[in-house]
Amino acid sequence: MSLMSPALRPYFSTAGLRHGARAAVPAFPGFIMFALAFGAAAAQKGLSLGETLGLSAFVYAGASQMVGLEIWQKVWTPSTILTIMTVTAIVNARMILLGATLQPWLRDEPIARTALNLFLITEAGWLVSTRYHNEGGRDVGVLLGCGIILWMVWIAATLGGFFAGALVPEPRRFGLDLVMPIFFGVMLVPLWKGTRAALPWLVAGVVALIVHALVPGYVFIIAGALAGVAAGMLIE
Amino acid sequence: MNTATIIASPWGSVLAIAAMAFVTYLCRIAGVVLMSRVRITPRIERGLRALPGSIILATILPVVIDNGWPAVAALVAAVIAMAVTRIDIVGLLAGLGTLAVIRALG
Repeated sequence: MSLMSPALRPYFSTAGLRHGARAAVPAFPGFIMFALAFGAAAAQKGLSLGETLGLSAFVYAGASQMVGLEIWQKVWTPSTILTIMTVTAIVNARMILLGATLQPWLRDEPIARTALNLFLITEAGWLVSTRYHNEGGRDVGVLLGCGIILWMVWIAATLGGFFAGALVPEPRRFGLDLVMPIFFGVMLVPLWKGTRAALPWLVAGVVALIVHALVPGYVFIIAGALAGVAAGMLIE
Repeated sequence: MNTATIIASPWGSVLAIAAMAFVTYLCRIAGVVLMSRVRITPRIERGLRALPGSIILATILPVVIDNGWPAVAALVAAVIAMAVTRIDIVGLLAGLGTLAVIRALG
């Protein structure tokens, strides 16, 4: 045990950055697909290139970017900004779990580097880095290298998707106006862990439909998502 | 017209992106900050695990139903294609293709 502990102390190396970038390659296809779909959907929705890239670069969280498009406005008021902020917070609340599991690894890191590492955290990057950590790796450079390369892939693919989406004539003919819900439906399949685990989803969907029928605006997303969380907490 | 509450473009979009980026970053750092103070109980963890699928259904069900049966058919086709092949581009193209065919015929 005492011989093992020095090797298991977290450290940082630039060689780790390269290692992390290589380890992230299996996550590229999923990232590229999602960012292409987002870029195309944003162009369809009428967002400018700057708005689309701004969302990808600074928010950098695919699901909330997609949901954000649903709520996007041509003209903003304080209340629509508050709505999109609340919806984004709820959609991204699951990231709290990712950060919590990384805490022991980052405990002794300089704050600035941890701030950057956490900005770059995504589910895919977390999976890659956690696998490395579980195999005994402690180089924080791997986490950062993985985060940086995935962020760059995300931006590049957003750009590609935006131009693809903006250039298609008559997008409705190709179903592109519904690329967001169809892509989300596809993303649901790998999340499937049996009917029991999916019960909260059903609750979320039903509550969203009811609220959508009764209340104008986008409260239905918040109500549905919160109902799903509540159901998840109640179902053992 | 209540112009006082309207935020002039392009500042509305800038503010919206900044607000989204801010709360997303809070979510990213919250786990690390909270871990030293609060314990994430199994119950809270179960709730958060149900979140991704719940968000997806809560977002797409009303949108798809508003767009009528062709959208429902496209969604079903996309999910089936994805479940069979496990390749997300195949699922997406099956959905868009189904919608395109239905619209071309109708």
